[in-house]
Amino acid sequence: MTEQLTGAQSLIRSLEFAGVDTVFGIPGGAVLPAYDPLMDSAQVRHILVRHEQAAGHAAEGYATATGKVGVCMATSGPGATNLVTPLADAYMDSVPLVAITGQVPSYYIGTDAFQEADIRGITMPITKHSFLVTDPADIPRAVAEAFHIAGTGRPGPVLVDVTKDALQAQTTFNWPEVLDLAGYHPVTKPHSKQVREAAAMIVAARQPVLYVGGGVIKAGAHRELLELAALTGIPVVTTLMARGAFPDSHPQHLGMPGMHGTVAAVAALQKSDLLIALGSRFDDRVTGQIDSFAPYAQIIHADIDPAEIGKLRHADVPIVGDAREVIAELVLAIKAEHEAGHHGDIGGWWKQLEDWLEVYPLGYAPAPDGELSPQYAIERLGAIAGPEAIYTAGVGQHQMWASQFIKYENPRTWLNSGGAGTMGYAIPAAMGAKVGRPDATVWAIDGDGCFQMTNQELATCSVNDIPIKVALINNGTLGMVRQWQTLFYNERYSETDLGSKNIPDFMKLADAYGCEGIRVTSPDEVDSAIEKAMSINDKSVVVEFVVHQDAMVWPMVAAGTSNDDILAARDAAPLWDRED
Amino acid sequence: MSRHTLSVLVENTPGVLARVSSLFSRRGFNIDSLAVGPTESSEVSRMTIVVNVEDLPLEQVTKQLNKLVNVIKIVELDPAMAVERELMLVKVRADIETRSHILETVQLFRAKVVDVSSDAVTIEATGSVDKLEALLRVLEPFGVKELVQSGMVAIGRGARSISDRSPRTVDPT
Repeated sequence: MTEQLTGAQSLIRSLEFAGVDTVFGIPGGAVLPAYDPLMDSAQVRHILVRHEQAAGHAAEGYATATGKVGVCMATSGPGATNLVTPLADAYMDSVPLVAITGQVPSYYIGTDAFQEADIRGITMPITKHSFLVTDPADIPRAVAEAFHIAGTGRPGPVLVDVTKDALQAQTTFNWPEVLDLAGYHPVTKPHSKQVREAAAMIVAARQPVLYVGGGVIKAGAHRELLELAALTGIPVVTTLMARGAFPDSHPQHLGMPGMHGTVAAVAALQKSDLLIALGSRFDDRVTGQIDSFAPYAQIIHADIDPAEIGKLRHADVPIVGDAREVIAELVLAIKAEHEAGHHGDIGGWWKQLEDWLEVYPLGYAPAPDGELSPQYAIERLGAIAGPEAIYTAGVGQHQMWASQFIKYENPRTWLNSGGAGTMGYAIPAAMGAKVGRPDATVWAIDGDGCFQMTNQELATCSVNDIPIKVALINNGTLGMVRQWQTLFYNERYSETDLGSKNIPDFMKLADAYGCEGIRVTSPDEVDSAIEKAMSINDKSVVVEFVVHQDAMVWPMVAAGTSNDDILAARDAAPLWDRED
Repeated sequence: MSRHTLSVLVENTPGVLARVSSLFSRRGFNIDSLAVGPTESSEVSRMTIVVNVEDLPLEQVTKQLNKLVNVIKIVELDPAMAVERELMLVKVRADIETRSHILETVQLFRAKVVDVSSDAVTIEATGSVDKLEALLRVLEPFGVKELVQSGMVAIGRGARSISDRSPRTVDPT
């Protein structure tokens, strides 16, 4: 006899069968039936957040730190629309996410019922797939397919919208052991002919670069990448989404390319004769003006998403596949080339690269007397907390400095909002990362603008014993916007001054949320404050670094301009052909 | 720019048309015409999408469509190897003096009169885009009161069915 249960019980059991251990969410009218059996689940821990946006970002943080699918839950209408931003964020950064939302009863759909919103329609352009479930018998299959789609191929967010009457009705539970989705067959195994062709190009290239994107981390391909780099001696650049995919301490690492990348990384791409793009997507923040990007380079483009290949730049050798399988096969094919006596000669290229690395290292101007430099605070944080810690960031100057001045050695230790650029990501993502990796030290590096968008989640952290650490880089302004105003709007600072060096009092705010607050205003307090924060593990800590306002992120390729026009610092264009 | 006819097999599930049209709008692709209807299988619907794009954006259209979970297969139909038809209903002003001229035109184009009133006739015509355009040009001097047209539907010539044909996928390998 098949057991009878409610749709709500079926939903929770489906989550258990999908292997879920954590859900971030907030209950409300339409989703309320699901919260009743959730209370009895021994497997699924629900963390009650303070805003649904944070539930979504926490699920992203959990997913990115662990590699598992993150789960968030919300009610219909405003609960669901508050998930729109994290869904869009997860879509842009290929984060595996399942969002469960309650929907008004099916017989109310389309009537503008209380808390009704067509969340499936609203999220269609920002989800990998979505389900509207009105029949309780469909719940297990929808959940199973959602997790499968979210976590395989190019990962992404999937929405499962379940009507209240489906949650309340009686049904039976049948977990589908086999999924057969007629239109979903991600290709993970690369075509061997393409791989051989790529290998032949790689050993023939004189100025090759491994252009590594977030796909390498998602595929768990960091070890294979290390082997490929060691085998070929080719320089590596890691994009914002790939920081940690290749050790920063490795001598072949040129740093991050792009708008705020290192001169060496940007120059290497521009002067390269062969880009080996692995799990990267030629984002405009990397390429600058696309027409003048890497003008001399042939392109090998490997990605699990065929639509990324040739989207922005023609690929001479396209390879569809999982980065880990692609790189492993490339290693074999290159070894075969070596055995056949084909070795690359990139000695001259390295002489050039070493020159750029030496002449244009990352650096920053010192702060005015008596003031604290934000870069210094972040640099010290990275040095003291070390490469085993997990770092999250908001969006803006502090994010770029955190990507530049913290040295990453491990994948899944740098979490940020790259594609969408979502301010307010850091705190909830850190919370999610800490839940997923409770043994790791998790630092949220946040700006005062971002922090004020989502800091309410410090309450969630305190109440649920999720101790995170916050490095609040307070320059009192929307720093990145201010930087653009300085450079491109004649220093007219329209609506960027937050006044947050005075209001709010972040120490009182930290205290109010049950966190330890530490305020730092001068460079000599930096190390002791970070060390003190590292020693506190029974509650969250907010270290406020009050920093000077005029610090800028350099190098910079101004939006819409060519990578060739990179400025190492203000009015300091590199001299490309110094030796000539 | 050139016209391309895509036959797209999709799962017959609610929302699939919205997904396709949302994709076109989000990616900035222009649709010339879109027709959707049932197929020989109750679980599968077929869309005929006519797009006017260069080859490279067409590749993006196909790849992005293929990413939709409900899209099963995409085949580009070569106009020379396919039958392409649209349906047009047109209401033309017709009095006693012009009616016989109009009926003659209808016969010439192998169209049909489906409704007659004292001062108008309604004509049904099917055919290629060119044929319908030609018919319309001839009818225009009489006075077109109302015009409605379907999207194009198309089917490959020969014995092979769409499920036998190799898809216009994307796998560049």
